[in-house]
Amino acid sequence: MKELALQSLIAVFEEIFGRGLFWTLVALAAAVTLTYFYVLIRDRSVSWKKFLLAQLSMPFGAVASVWFVLTMTHSRLSDIGGPVDLIVFLFVAVIGAVGTAILVYTLEALIGTERTRQRRSQGTRAETRHRHPVSSN
Amino acid sequence: MNRRDFLSLAAISGGLAVAPLAGSGAAAKPIATKARIVIVGAGAAGTALANRLVRRLDGASITIIDPRTTHLYQPGLSLVATGLKPADYVTSDVAHWLPANIVWMGERVAAVDGEAKTVSTENGTVIDYDWLILAPGLVLDYGAIEGFSADLVGENGIGALYGGPVEAERTWKAAQRFTEAGGTGIFTRPATEMKCAGAPLKHTFLIDDLARRAGNAGKMNMIYAAPQSSLFGVPIVAEKVRMLFEDRGVDTLLTSTLTAIDPGARRAVFATENGQQEIDYDYIHVIPPQRAPDFIRNSGLSWADRWTDQGWVEVDQATLRHLRYPEIFALGDVAGVPKGKTAASVKWQVPVVEDHLIAAIEGREGTETYNGYTSCPLITRIGRAMLVEFDYRDNLVPSFPGIIAPLEELWISWLMKEVALKATYNAMLRGQA
Repeated sequence: MKELALQSLIAVFEEIFGRGLFWTLVALAAAVTLTYFYVLIRDRSVSWKKFLLAQLSMPFGAVASVWFVLTMTHSRLSDIGGPVDLIVFLFVAVIGAVGTAILVYTLEALIGTERTRQRRSQGTRAETRHRHPVSSN
Repeated sequence: MNRRDFLSLAAISGGLAVAPLAGSGAAAKPIATKARIVIVGAGAAGTALANRLVRRLDGASITIIDPRTTHLYQPGLSLVATGLKPADYVTSDVAHWLPANIVWMGERVAAVDGEAKTVSTENGTVIDYDWLILAPGLVLDYGAIEGFSADLVGENGIGALYGGPVEAERTWKAAQRFTEAGGTGIFTRPATEMKCAGAPLKHTFLIDDLARRAGNAGKMNMIYAAPQSSLFGVPIVAEKVRMLFEDRGVDTLLTSTLTAIDPGARRAVFATENGQQEIDYDYIHVIPPQRAPDFIRNSGLSWADRWTDQGWVEVDQATLRHLRYPEIFALGDVAGVPKGKTAASVKWQVPVVEDHLIAAIEGREGTETYNGYTSCPLITRIGRAMLVEFDYRDNLVPSFPGIIAPLEELWISWLMKEVALKATYNAMLRGQA
């Protein structure tokens, strides 16, 4: 049984969401993550301006994911009854926060906001560095 | 956070997102055999075993016999009976779960001949078998309670959630009125072995919680009545339940067996150590005595000296193999073992029978054993449960020792019941968990 643990876990997730939705969600998560890596590699640096908005969105992501879990499971905050519950609660919040941050950062890098476009037009130094990677070091 | 840290964080989160893609598990090569395997019952145990056997065996003739066309997810009945889930949450098509390359006979079994190795149905069909797995479930003996019948459920303050989706939904109708109007509520359990001994406790806790949420805690007089001398078969759990009942103000009436009800007068009659006791109720939850189907008892497959009024199949506790007919195994509710009448037990029993059956087909001895594992996410209120797991010896056998405490009321245990349990159950039906 033990060596099949991961397979069992996948089977359980497929049952929770339905096979189609589960793999769609996995594909979406993978797509966002890959796109995120793509923009990081493309830009060759973390844009702290973009990251600021991503950071600001984190609390909303955290609250939204906690709200979602509580609503879907007929639960209330007062149901938290032990250390492991607190860990699960924080885990849900952190996943929501990090997921939202990655999503916002990626969207901003792809589509661009007013600030991002401004950054790009000013970003000649980054482009120069891109053309002459050795000299920039 | 510098760039490297940020990338590490990204890598970790990215890794988490992609991890489930990496599947594993090379299946063992199927064993060629012409064995004729008959499974009686397409419930949780029969279906799970059938799905596992078709993957392990090549060329076997597998027949499953069950007249029912609707599969029942019984662990969900307590949620239906408290209005937390709709009735269709627990139903699905039997055909949806059965593997394609087996024979499904929609007939009712009338008898088993262990000497001639045949199963005969009520329609007169006779099926020869090399190996027989008995998983027909059990029978609710409503007739044992005078004045009670299934059609009374939902009216006159009567609930009985074990009956099925319709009864569970009607139970909520009666229970909801009780949580709004208040009064005396009696929650019973039978003197026989029963499916999930936690269910009557869950129902008590949930109705109490729903009444509290409705602001009617002061109007409730809750009584838990049981023929046994303790609140749960496992002493350490019984003691915890005693404390919780004290905390919630639930009174207990032990060594008292429900023998009759008068629905019109809303009066219940209990046989006690000192004779008889009558209690008037506003709501009563009835769990009738439970027994093996007649064909098990009439075919001489039951224990002769244990559970003589119930007729469970005489099997070895560890291998679930019949003690007199080695070609016969029993799974689930019908197995004559001290514990194990839950879906979680079935999950542990099925691989054991699979192992011994396949070993026997190959002419060797199986090695897997069943230790009596039984699990019960014992709901103590909406949003909290205790994940109680135990074995034959009344030991607690927590699946997550040090992480999920078995005797604590936890949100995570509720989440498991609410979110993961049905999914795990369905995966088990498919033979995948």
